[in-house]
Amino acid sequence: MSKINILVIADHPEILETIIRLINQNEEWNGIGAGSLEEAVASLELNKFDLVLLGVGVDAQTEERILNLCNVKHPAIPCHRHYGGGSGLLYSEIRYALAGG
Amino acid sequence: MKNAVLHPASSRFFADHGWLQSAQTFSFHGNYDPARIQFGALRVLNDDTVYGGKGFGRHPHDNMEIISIPLKGSLEHQDSMGNAAVINPGEIQVMSAGTGIYHTEFNKNQDQPVSFLQIWLYPDKLNVAPRYGQTDYSKGDRHNRFQQILSPDPNDQGVWIHQQAWFHLAEMDAGIEIEYALKKEGNGVYVFVIDGMVEVNGETLQQRDGYGFWPEGRTVIKALEKSNVLLIEVPEKW
Repeated sequence: MSKINILVIADHPEILETIIRLINQNEEWNGIGAGSLEEAVASLELNKFDLVLLGVGVDAQTEERILNLCNVKHPAIPCHRHYGGGSGLLYSEIRYALAGG
Repeated sequence: MKNAVLHPASSRFFADHGWLQSAQTFSFHGNYDPARIQFGALRVLNDDTVYGGKGFGRHPHDNMEIISIPLKGSLEHQDSMGNAAVINPGEIQVMSAGTGIYHTEFNKNQDQPVSFLQIWLYPDKLNVAPRYGQTDYSKGDRHNRFQQILSPDPNDQGVWIHQQAWFHLAEMDAGIEIEYALKKEGNGVYVFVIDGMVEVNGETLQQRDGYGFWPEGRTVIKALEKSNVLLIEVPEKW
């Protein structure tokens, strides 16, 4: 069974690494991190994602550009804010988003 | 009452990590129920007990207002901004995680558990500078009245956070009624019974029950027995 691919965008390297590690603890999920808008755009061009999470440091302008890119190129991909920077809310956010919330 | 939610204590998620017993009103970590995500800006209400000498090792947070209220025992805090502090019952701690913070929270004592409420609210501003604060509210008057312990205003009573939210505590004698006036029109109210039994809007709430509603008129809390109540006012949207 193919994994659910999740792109996480955040400009805090340690927190991004933590989130990716937590995502990858679930064997059905595959987390890929992007530390900047440019990395996120490159990842979205190259890979097929099931979910995009916007994490710490993603400002309104970057969020708008990511949302626009998703809408144009990958309209089916849900794009959600991730809050908390750790395990507390992450799993709920992913499950909620994947369920169409 | 329209859009009211009742969360009996027994309906909470229960997580037993050995060193940590956690009763969680809303979905948290591996526990998930799409019907139990949040009440407005109130996202986490965990009723935690940590055994002697144990605690939460170094871990990160961002973009969340995190409040701890010890009920019994002492909690020792350290964070990546260089803060080191101990909080006890009668004190409240707040962290605005903003652009990122690492912290540890340990039971200060080896020989007794620490019990505390861990409450997370969504912030109304993203990526703010991280901040730590704590204050002693123990000298304030909350006997048969509400004492404010948190607000959005750094110059107001209690600690402050980046959200249009207010926390109040009351220690009520049996039979006493207290009216709560919203600080901001349109906000919701979440009543959490720390101990005792109260009545709100015709609902009887017992120890550790929670009840959230969007007031359409007067909000009156009546103590059916001697009770301690935490009242959380939060916006629905921000």
